[in-house]
Amino acid sequence: MSIPNVTITDEIVAEHGLSPDEYAQILKILGREPNMTELGVFSAMYSEHCSYKSSKKWLKTLPTEGPHVIQGPGENAGVIDIGDGLAAVFKIESHNHPSFIEPYQGAATGVGGILRDVFTMGARPVANLNALRFGAPDHAKTRHLVSGVVSGIGGYGNCIGVPTVAGEVNFDAAYNGNILVNAMTVGLAPTDRIFYSAAAGLGNPVIYVGAKTGRDGIHGATMASAEFSEDSEEKRPTVQVGDPFTEKLLLEACLELMQEDAIIAIQDMGAAGLTSSSVEMAGKGGLGIELHLDRVPVRETAMTPYEIMLSESQERMLIVLKPEAEDIARRIFERWDLDFAVIGHLTDSRNLVLYMNGEMAADIPIDPMVEASPEYARPWEPTPSPAPLGPVAAPESLSAALKTLVGCPDLASRRWIWEQYDHLVMSDTAIRPGGDAGVVRVQDTNKALAVTVDCTPRYCLADPETGGAQAVAETWRNLSAVGARPLAVTNNMNFGNPEKPRIMGQFVGCATGMRAACLALDYPVVSGNVSLYNETEGEAILPTPVIGGVGVLDDVSKRATVAFKAAGETIILIGETEGHLGQSVYLREIEGRCEGPAPAVDLAAERARGELVQGLIADGTITTCHDISDGGIAVAVAEMAMAARGLGAALTIPEGVAPHAWAFGEDQGRYLIATAEPEVVLARAREGGVSASVVGEVNGIPLLTLTPSDDISIDELRDAHEAWLPNYMGEA
Amino acid sequence: MRSAVIVFPGSNRDRDMRLALRRATGHEPHMIWHKDTELPELDLIVVPGGFSYGDYLRAGAMAARSPVMRTVVERANAGTPVMGVCNGFQVLTEIGLLPGALMRNANLKFICRNVGLRVETSQSLFTSGYDAGQVLSIPVAHHDGNYFADEATLDRLEGENRVAFRYVDDAGETSAAGNPNGSARNIAGVYNETGTVLGFMPHPENAVDPELGGTDGMALFDGLTRALS
Repeated sequence: MSIPNVTITDEIVAEHGLSPDEYAQILKILGREPNMTELGVFSAMYSEHCSYKSSKKWLKTLPTEGPHVIQGPGENAGVIDIGDGLAAVFKIESHNHPSFIEPYQGAATGVGGILRDVFTMGARPVANLNALRFGAPDHAKTRHLVSGVVSGIGGYGNCIGVPTVAGEVNFDAAYNGNILVNAMTVGLAPTDRIFYSAAAGLGNPVIYVGAKTGRDGIHGATMASAEFSEDSEEKRPTVQVGDPFTEKLLLEACLELMQEDAIIAIQDMGAAGLTSSSVEMAGKGGLGIELHLDRVPVRETAMTPYEIMLSESQERMLIVLKPEAEDIARRIFERWDLDFAVIGHLTDSRNLVLYMNGEMAADIPIDPMVEASPEYARPWEPTPSPAPLGPVAAPESLSAALKTLVGCPDLASRRWIWEQYDHLVMSDTAIRPGGDAGVVRVQDTNKALAVTVDCTPRYCLADPETGGAQAVAETWRNLSAVGARPLAVTNNMNFGNPEKPRIMGQFVGCATGMRAACLALDYPVVSGNVSLYNETEGEAILPTPVIGGVGVLDDVSKRATVAFKAAGETIILIGETEGHLGQSVYLREIEGRCEGPAPAVDLAAERARGELVQGLIADGTITTCHDISDGGIAVAVAEMAMAARGLGAALTIPEGVAPHAWAFGEDQGRYLIATAEPEVVLARAREGGVSASVVGEVNGIPLLTLTPSDDISIDELRDAHEAWLPNYMGEA
Repeated sequence: MRSAVIVFPGSNRDRDMRLALRRATGHEPHMIWHKDTELPELDLIVVPGGFSYGDYLRAGAMAARSPVMRTVVERANAGTPVMGVCNGFQVLTEIGLLPGALMRNANLKFICRNVGLRVETSQSLFTSGYDAGQVLSIPVAHHDGNYFADEATLDRLEGENRVAFRYVDDAGETSAAGNPNGSARNIAGVYNETGTVLGFMPHPENAVDPELGGTDGMALFDGLTRALS
């Protein structure tokens, strides 16, 4: 045995992001000083990114079970049963830090990584989504980041041929130094052919497939676990470079191999590359693993064991094969022109043992390393409740305010973005981007999946618990609005530095609210990702717990879209309107204030209203529906008219509420429906104990009448709505 | 109609094309792997959309040098109808079966949306299901669809009725506003001299299902099936 003798200094330990306590633990586990390779392995495994050390305690409180859950958190992705022998496999993941440093490659590899998480489990990806947060539009870097991130997402997803069908984008100065790029993939697999990561079978070969290993991305996981400072630009070499063509080959080759009786376990090499994939596979299987790093296909010369173990080169997989399947597996990967190398085997030592050219490079007991993985009960303080919002003056004109809102950065059309994404490839896109949720038909069936991502960070900042519940509820509402039964969620917890009690309090609050909403809606969390330390020079982002929701439509032909369909139809409001202007887009855009409490979320009412809407769509009673969110009823009606051609609406604002509060208030749990059978809808609402009221009628001309004396043409609204983003990006 | 779809490792609308051909003909087309050099007897060969070999070089440049394309050229020269869609159009120009080239879109961005597409002639194997001048709504999804040829070639293509489709605006006019990618003279697709090879950028295979936003592409597949069965 020969472990190179390197003196590990305090500086080296600190550079690896390890605390003195964590290093003491490492000395105890090994019974000696680690060498550099071993230190690198520990540092990656104990990084916030891989260990979830600050968040674990709270993530454990989220409901993860349900009758349709096949696999909850802990695997590469979550798996739910959608009936007929099929499963939906999905997860969301952040690539925030890399995307800020190098937006194109950061975003592209974010998409690549989440795609791999899904097809690793045996699922063919059928839909991509993304949730993006950028800094203020007038910040010097924002335009460059928008441009790079959007082309990076498109560059990867378009090439591999998975449609990008939904997403959301916010702009806020709080993201000036830390943008958020959260990518979600949804795949489909037969329920009896799901692949997991736990290794089994003493002596079985460990196979490396995919792209070659280079020096890119070394310490990506550690970088994603620290605050930014002015020298972040210097971290550019830690950003990985994506190759969607190789990923396409890897996808097809893996799915082809999965048709054979060959794979025991499979794990993609994501964050912390070969380190986390080998440790996780062996650890879950209760086995040891021996790897010969000189057999790893490399694309650079003289790579050290340290570099090979910590490289985050993309498009790579680790597979434990049945020994007799090696030939067939090799044939498949060679057919797809991919590297295929037997780099080691499973042992009963329960250690991770690494060799380089016959010399031992590391020897780490896996179970103690995994069990000693830090878990912190970080101190936290509750977020103080905001002062109540005083009176809000009426605007000079409702229609002028509406025009401002539909053309403001947060509510303007995202067409400029989603037209850069191939949202049609695979021939199953039934609802394209721009609606409440994307809908993709399940290949060769009549069913469809509905997918959405949502979060309202300004609510989370004002009241984390309400904001966390609202994010879950909004996805549930968006899925309901297209006619889907919401089934489960994945979450992406984006926060600042958890070592600050104020930030940790935001995390705890959001998790508490999410838990309540998931329980009330029977809507479990099946996968997720945490991104902390989103701070630059001590300034944290808004708390942003992004929720990705997945639902199912039993008959794709029974779905609803936001566009008005016919003049004369009655517009019905589902839910109640008090005119809540606290934390509203109206307050921010028209009055320049971010004040007051976030709107309350009534989860029982949310459920009743959503189930009513789902039922009305599923039985074909209605085909036009839109959830009411940012900007309130007026913005929702405007969006329904702008999505149609040649139609408008006349609203009837009720007595007893200020017209601007009624029009722009953001009370939760509401939908707008347009129907030729208002009596049927109103009767069904009464039966379901849901409040519903007529608020207007669809106009045969493209005019929106807000009050008898205040109207605005839909074309004028559409011009404002469509113009902002292309103008901002310099393409008017 | 006996049809085949060429499958490069980075093809991604091969399945979409297979479904559209199956819908029109009632049976599965042959799916031909890029390393194959033998083809069965065929009435139609389709080169589908995607990113053939990643297209990190010029789109379609490597595919034009692949083993299977040598055989496709032989068949095309012998008169077998060949249709290249999107990446397939790029491949057919790279290999010289069609004149011109597809450059990066004028706005330098990938673009995915429905466009207005005018059928320039119905006197073709491929477009007999349409009326000349008919305007279709068909999606495009490409980064390099900006058709370019020199003026003399463009004049010749027009003179010989070899422009297959043109991009048009909502009013059916070949305006700049109706041109999504900067193509010369709004040209979306062209024929070879014998009218047996067609290349175009839009995706009729994504416009054959009423549940998916329109069926304006169906008449192309139905027309081909009638003409070649």
